[in-house]
Formats: sequence, structure tokens, C-alpha cells
Amino acid sequence: MTESNNRLAIIAVHGTLDLAYPPLILATAALALDMEAAIFFTFYGLEIIKKGNADKLLVAPIANPAMPMPVPNIIGMLPGMTAMATGMMNNWMKKANVAKLSELLDMALEGGVRMIACQMSMDVMGIKKEDLMDGLEVGGAATFLNYASQNAIALSF
Amino acid sequence: MSVKADLTLDCSGMACPMPILKTKKAVESLQLGQVLEMIATDPGSTSDIDAWTQKTGHELVDSRQEGNKYIFYIKKTK
Repeated sequence: MTESNNRLAIIAVHGTLDLAYPPLILATAALALDMEAAIFFTFYGLEIIKKGNADKLLVAPIANPAMPMPVPNIIGMLPGMTAMATGMMNNWMKKANVAKLSELLDMALEGGVRMIACQMSMDVMGIKKEDLMDGLEVGGAATFLNYASQNAIALSF
Repeated sequence: MSVKADLTLDCSGMACPMPILKTKKAVESLQLGQVLEMIATDPGSTSDIDAWTQKTGHELVDSRQEGNKYIFYIKKTK
């Protein structure tokens, strides 16, 4: 076996349902592969780790031509379309038996994924540590880079 | 070849990444040399279990497909 990296460093920038999944799926999968992982939640990514918020994230139908039922932007702007797109996606996920985001978050924390909330983003967006889930760290770019610089695979979503 | 399993884990209906997470936990509960039988319905599990054993060093001793079920035999090696 060739020598391989055993550390995964992920940046989660977005707070939409679809973009919250990849960081959490990869980080929990890393645990299963005997790798260690960290996720740095910054800007809207903080929405994923707000207490009780993960399962309330939405999908944007606007500027999302890849949706299986593409919605013209002008229709996507109408009231209720975001809720409708979100309902559809949640329904597809459920049918495919995909774990809920809250379940993936719990598994990540339980398995020892380092979950780092970006201090600067918290300040910008007026988010306090107590607004976030328990068991998280708060840190800055240096925290992430120090972790990532130690031979990590680094990804951003 | 028929392999005798010490433990069976049914991951039918589960989607990525649950089968490998459950497989890891199940293999951890075994003694060295014991074999886990894992059943999955996710077609991606064929590739994922192969990758998982490569990365973790546990041994995929046998696998087969029965209808829509994928059955893997994994020996704990460490």
C-alpha cells in the first residue's frame, strides 16, 4: 500500500441543505476509514452548527438549474418556492434513506471530528458560542491552516 | 467458498456513508481473526467496502451479490 494522507480538513462555507451534506458525509466517512477530520465552519456554514438548525436548512430554487425539476428564476422568486424545493429535496433524501444532517452532526462529534466555528464569521453575523451546538471549538484561519498543513487533504464546500 | 461469519450486520436500505460507519463499529467489536458478514443494498457499497478494507487494512475475504443484496465477509486483521 502506498503511503497515504490520514487527515481531512474541510471548509464549510454554505448554509444550504444541499451544500451542508458533503462536508458531513466526508468527515464521518473519514472516521470509518481510520482517518481524522476537521470541519471549519465559516460564513453561512455556521448555520449548519447553530443549535437545532441543521434539519431546517433550505434549498434555493433560484439559480439552481441542476434541480431535477428546474424552476425558471422568475418562478423561483415567488413566495413559497424555496419551501417547496426544500420539501422536495428532503423527500428525495428520505426515500434514498440518507441520514439527516442532525444525525451526521452527532456522529461526527461523537467520532471526534474537530468542529471549528469561525470566530470572525461569528462576530460579523452576530452569532454567539451559546447559539451553536455543544462540543465545538471556536477558532480562526490559523487554527484551520495549522491543522491542514499537517499533511491533510483539504477541501472546501 | 463459504465463509463462516462470527457476526452479521444488516445495512439494507442504508445510504452512504452509513454502511461503512456501521461496518467499522461492527469490526471493532470483533476479536482478531473473526469475520463480519455485512449485507447492503447500496450498489456503491461494492466499491466502498473495497476502498474501506484497503484503507483500514482489514481483509475482504469474500463477497457476492444475491438479487439486490450485496454481501461482504470482512476479517478483522488488527
